[in-house]
Amino acid sequence: MEKRKLGWKELPDADSIEAGTSAEFKTGDWRSQRPVFHKENCIHCLTCWVVCPDAAIIVEDGKVTGYDYDHCKGCGICANECPVNKGKGKDDVSKRPIIMEDEKKFQK
Amino acid sequence: MADKKLTVAKTGNEAMAEAMRQINPDVVAAYPITPATEIAQIFAGFVADGLVDTEFVTVESEHSAMSATIGAAAAGGRCMTATSSQGLMLMAEMLPIASSLRLPIVMPEVNRTISAPINIHCDHSDTMFVRDSGWMQVYCEDAQEAYDSILMGIKIAEKISLPMMVSTDGFIISHCMANIDLIPDEDVKEYIGKYNPKTWLLNPEKKITVGCLDLQDYYFEHKMVAIDAMRRAKGVIKECCKEFGARFGREYSFFDTYKIEDADIAILAMGSLTGTAKVAVDNMRRAGKKVGLIKMRVFRPFPADELARVVSGLKALAIMDRSDAMSGLEGPLAVETKAALYNNDTKPKIHSYVYGLGGRDVQISELESIYNDMDDLSRAKKKFDENVTYLGVRE
Ligand code: SF4
Ligand code: SF4
Repeated sequence: MEKRKLGWKELPDADSIEAGTSAEFKTGDWRSQRPVFHKENCIHCLTCWVVCPDAAIIVEDGKVTGYDYDHCKGCGICANECPVNKGKGKDDVSKRPIIMEDEKKFQK
Repeated sequence: MADKKLTVAKTGNEAMAEAMRQINPDVVAAYPITPATEIAQIFAGFVADGLVDTEFVTVESEHSAMSATIGAAAAGGRCMTATSSQGLMLMAEMLPIASSLRLPIVMPEVNRTISAPINIHCDHSDTMFVRDSGWMQVYCEDAQEAYDSILMGIKIAEKISLPMMVSTDGFIISHCMANIDLIPDEDVKEYIGKYNPKTWLLNPEKKITVGCLDLQDYYFEHKMVAIDAMRRAKGVIKECCKEFGARFGREYSFFDTYKIEDADIAILAMGSLTGTAKVAVDNMRRAGKKVGLIKMRVFRPFPADELARVVSGLKALAIMDRSDAMSGLEGPLAVETKAALYNNDTKPKIHSYVYGLGGRDVQISELESIYNDMDDLSRAKKKFDENVTYLGVRE
């Protein structure tokens, strides 16, 4: 069921809202490409985590575990900046930790 | 209070800067070169002399002046800036952001015309251009009123959480010296008190997001909150004017009237012209004519009901606009006054005048002949071909 929308009298007395609401705003559905993680190739340098504009790289105990597809916009910056993708993976796709794939393949 | 009264000679700019010194804002961001006025420059002197604690941000344009003031106000500071003419034009994009973010910025403004042609002198085209920006607007007759209105403005703006511009006629008030009564520093401090914003960005206890993307499903509701604030501002202005009067002995209202009680004919005007008009009223009264004056002070929020009540008993009313909205209608004061009167059963005959564009002076004799024309109009001895006359413009 759709959430009831607030009326103007229920809104705060200025154009301000509580912080952190961007987590609730799922921007992932804009994606036309998605990063797919290949753990075995990753050296966990965290470059992708630093450059991702949407904080969509999931890291646990200092290691990349995958992507937050609710917020990942599929911009491909992570794949572009990953030093392994640029190095060993440059000519050999099978060595890349991040491979951008067509989002349509994942939609049912 | 009276024993501490301090009468000094100050130009309008100095008087407004003095009010800013006494307010001692947290942040003033300004671009103190022409087309701004001396206000920011004088205030920068206070900063250099250590007379205020203000963080003075010298920015690269008026657009940035307003942007920085907005940022600092959102962060939780009591913030001010000052401008005029083209400077206000450049700020225009930021003005509705200040009002819809509900930031109580108070800005002295000097009314000077806008280009083209290039001209630095007085008319109200600049502030009238931004009359729908969600800022409260007060037009002052003299330096004393400007000084008082800025102090009151802090109270009003912070109570209703809306910004206010306090404007004075360029050169006529801004550069002419007049006697004004200052309020002692400590009394101003006590009067304005400490600023306690409800929410502010630098508050770690209650984190907020300001100015977010707000599309079809919520923009209207958020805008409505600001619209409602402007509607409620009238009550706050009334209350604050009363309080100021009780404290300091000078009481203001949405408008002041002069010899209006038994008047048949009146002029409705704003700004420094009202001083000239008082002399014209006295001259006409001596000649036995029942004329009066309504000096409009608060243009935003527009005090429609209050104005309708005051003018409803008149036989004829001349409305004086020192700007033309280029709407094909009349000046903005005339258009809005007529709208305010629409639901009145009794209303005076009205003719409006656009006068003084680009700083052209208006003589007492011209106002007297307007009173005489209104007298004729009220007796059906005169008819105008158009609703508006462009006063003194050569054909
Ligand atoms: S940038 Fe590449 S190698 Fe480094 S952590 Fe991310 S995926 Fe792994
Ligand atoms: S594709 Fe873009 S948004 Fe998605 S994880 Fe990579 S850098 Fe972040």
